[in-house]
Amino acid sequence: MILFIRYNLRNLRTRRLTTILTGMGMAFVIFVFCSVQMISEGLRQTLVDTGSPDNVIVLRKGSQAEVVSVIERSKAAILETLPEIERAPDGSVLCARELVVLINLYKKDADKPSNVVIRGIGRNSLLLREGVRIVKGRMPLPGSSEIVVGSSISRRFKGLQLGDELRFGLRNWKVVGIMDAGSTGFSSEIWADIDTLMQAFRRPVYSSVVFRLRDRSDFLSVKERIERDPRLNLMAKREVDFYREQSEVMARFLRILGTSLAIVFSAGAIIGAMITMYAQVANRSQEIGTLRALGFRRREILMGFILESVLLSLGGGIVGLLLSSFLQFLEISTLNWQTFSEIAFRLRLSFGIVIKALLFSLLMGILGGLLPAVRAARLRIVDALRLV
Amino acid sequence: MQKGSIVEIRNLSKSYRRGSEIISVLKGINLTIGEGEFLAIMGPSGSGKSTLLNLIAGLDKPDEGSIIVAGIDITRLSENELARWRADHVGFIFQFYNLIPVLTAFENVELPLLLKGLSGPERYEHVMTALKIVNLTHRMNHYPKELSGGEQQRVAIARAVVTDPTIIVADEPTGDLDKTSAEDVLELMTRLNEEYGKTIIMVTHDPRAARRAKVIRHLDKGILDATAETPS
Amino acid sequence: MLLLKLLLRNAFRQRLRTVLTVLAITIAILAFGFLRTIIDAWYSGVEASSPARLVTRNAISLTTPLPLSYKDRIKRVRGVRTVSYGQWFGGIYISEKNFFPNFAVEPASYLELYPEYVIPEEQKKAFIKDRKACVVGRKVAEEFGWKIGDTIVLKGTIFPGEWEFVIRAIYRGLTPTTDETQVFFHWDYINEGLKRTFPLRADHVGFFLIGIDDPKRAAEIALEIDGLFKNSLAETLTETEKAFQMGFVAMTEAILITIKIVSIVLIIIILLIVSNTMAMNVRERLSEYATLKALGFHWIHLSLLIYGESIIITMTGAIFGIILTFPSAKIFVDAMGTLLPVFHITKETILLDILIALSVGISSGIAPSLKAINVPVQSALTRVG
Repeated sequence: MILFIRYNLRNLRTRRLTTILTGMGMAFVIFVFCSVQMISEGLRQTLVDTGSPDNVIVLRKGSQAEVVSVIERSKAAILETLPEIERAPDGSVLCARELVVLINLYKKDADKPSNVVIRGIGRNSLLLREGVRIVKGRMPLPGSSEIVVGSSISRRFKGLQLGDELRFGLRNWKVVGIMDAGSTGFSSEIWADIDTLMQAFRRPVYSSVVFRLRDRSDFLSVKERIERDPRLNLMAKREVDFYREQSEVMARFLRILGTSLAIVFSAGAIIGAMITMYAQVANRSQEIGTLRALGFRRREILMGFILESVLLSLGGGIVGLLLSSFLQFLEISTLNWQTFSEIAFRLRLSFGIVIKALLFSLLMGILGGLLPAVRAARLRIVDALRLV
Repeated sequence: MQKGSIVEIRNLSKSYRRGSEIISVLKGINLTIGEGEFLAIMGPSGSGKSTLLNLIAGLDKPDEGSIIVAGIDITRLSENELARWRADHVGFIFQFYNLIPVLTAFENVELPLLLKGLSGPERYEHVMTALKIVNLTHRMNHYPKELSGGEQQRVAIARAVVTDPTIIVADEPTGDLDKTSAEDVLELMTRLNEEYGKTIIMVTHDPRAARRAKVIRHLDKGILDATAETPS
Repeated sequence: MLLLKLLLRNAFRQRLRTVLTVLAITIAILAFGFLRTIIDAWYSGVEASSPARLVTRNAISLTTPLPLSYKDRIKRVRGVRTVSYGQWFGGIYISEKNFFPNFAVEPASYLELYPEYVIPEEQKKAFIKDRKACVVGRKVAEEFGWKIGDTIVLKGTIFPGEWEFVIRAIYRGLTPTTDETQVFFHWDYINEGLKRTFPLRADHVGFFLIGIDDPKRAAEIALEIDGLFKNSLAETLTETEKAFQMGFVAMTEAILITIKIVSIVLIIIILLIVSNTMAMNVRERLSEYATLKALGFHWIHLSLLIYGESIIITMTGAIFGIILTFPSAKIFVDAMGTLLPVFHITKETILLDILIALSVGISSGIAPSLKAINVPVQSALTRVG
């Protein structure tokens, strides 16, 4: 069998230009396929990582995003009395009332503004978000107009370094800290003291209440109790589910876009492979006849040509994969339609995407080589050898 | 089956369709070939000699008649069975050598052995033996385009004998060679026949080649001559 | 012309190969046209902008409201002809899947500022008169089978509750690029409801829409308006409608750039396939070109033959691709419904398709024609195959 693979590889090498052109076509297809999948995956991963499985987020019923949700003080107070909530080290309830608003900020290289999330936080907000660390400076003091900026925002937006000041709501907000939340959505947020924020925006209500359950399995009963209560008109979700759902529309759009593009591109690549393989069959008809004369059967000829086409497509696919792996150094930021705010994320090449890409290359090779291989197998020996 | 005969052909007929015409190429051929014979089939072009060779080698099926080689009626074999039969029983020598360009001389000779289920070391032995017979071990790692015409034909001969086939068929083996190379090749074929007892069936135009054969038959317009000619 | 005959026969000699190549080009041009039209759709808001309209919104963000009381002060600015206002409502009709833009607006002034929304006079009057009325776009009316007089219910997301509206008017767009999927109703109607349930949020608008008399003074007027409210609790940001719409486009720029890059890659792939085909074609016929040279033909003739063949192949594919774009677009639009308000294949897109086909045809011919021109005449005597 090794001889066969060697035979196919050498044939590919002989028609070098054609092989390279067809291979490049395959590589491009896989590159495009992977890129779009990686964007979708990167977005999804970021938002999934943003939640904690033990945390519960409560919003007004029917709210698709924190920005449109409204929770009155009285309702928040009722939520804080839930017995299932974990306690913080200092004895207080591990629960935070938060306010989410959007402000326009300008990226370093843009003259058009983006919507950035400002989250008014409570005493325990940082504790509730395990993945968030302060890497420079400190958290804002309660009651002050100080802010801590997510590392991604600080990096990409104007005037948000440590010590800079932001002006909105008729006051200046000083950046006293930079926080890093890894690849999660919190890196794209700015946090401020909630009471100060509420005053600045004249909003006497909260957007959401977040708390941690002592026991994860209490979630369903807690959810039911909150949602059944007619006074409250609230809904409860696991934090991970909530953030995951926020990427769904975009992720789905990207997946559909990626798949449609992949189909179109692969049609082109398969046709390219077919042209190449048909030419190979035509040029090697005497060889095919010789092999048949020597005793190789039609099926073996068929498999041989399909194998050759597959080697070509897999080769191109691997090149495409390698190229797209470099995209992992890229950070993309875009508006998330569902939250209407900015989210930044890294492209992610997951194991699933690698497998899909390889299978896709395999499929392209088989489809591209099939019809030419059938033609090769159906040649009559005497015609192929031109003995008549 | 006649005693000592390895090929028996009875009432063989074959015609081809060319466009809307049906051309009858062989008409009721009867032929017996003895074991260890060196037979040359000659005739003008279009006489059907290549067709006859193709049928004996199992490359094509006749319209009528039977061909029995070493006791097996190959006209009754299915296509797949015929393929394996060729691998076991026939060695080919073509006019244009028909070597696989991307394989080395060694690998070309090794090719038929892949169908025999031998191990790597076993195949190596057989190939070296065959290459020694044609005296080309020193060129075994070269590609066909690096070999002269004569050397290529000798590699093809090595390939033809490496499986120790029942019959060797040669279609214009010297057709593309210069005088010296042609002599070398014919000398080799004579040795195969006389020293190793191989049955050789050759189609040729070349009188030098015909002289090497022990029996000559003439084919004209699809009909075999009545008596055999033995060269002087 | 014998050469032309030779050219055409050559192009279709390897029939299967030519058919496959043309097929590949057809698919690629089709996809390219589609992608470009999607990009155009993205910018449709920008294209529909008028230089005589300004948008004023809260400087903090679009999600922060402005006091209605600003209206009078804005009206007094020199150069301002009409002031309207509105609020993005974001209501849901039955399910989230049925997305269409819906706004609460000041009816008379808003329609005055948007002559692109063409409404029969009686319908317009009926809409303005009835506070519970709404005017819907032709496309969204078709999508849901709405007729004048129907009552529709929207579930509020920003303004909670179930809100009923009566359809009194259906507008159609003045040009094919006007968005016909929007729904407008009375701001007063919403505001009245807010006064009862969330009094703090009442009397606030999401944006002011300002009609000016001299588009050339747009920047000046914008600055003046913003100056009025500087250092107040709700500072404003005023810009031309075009700049405002571009802001939205810029927010999803990353995706747009991705699509643009993909379009370019598509063209590269066609180039690879056609180059491959031409290279093969010429390589197989080298001795024929040598023969032509021996017979006395010039490099010009050989070039014409090869470039001509290459261009015929690409143009055939392009023509098929362009023709197929229209029915495919129709299927796509019907499937997307109101999600894609404008999907219009522009003349520029078609022109670009042709230009690409031409360029690819020429580029693919370069290397093979050079090879053919330089083939040694002696090759004519070599046996082919």
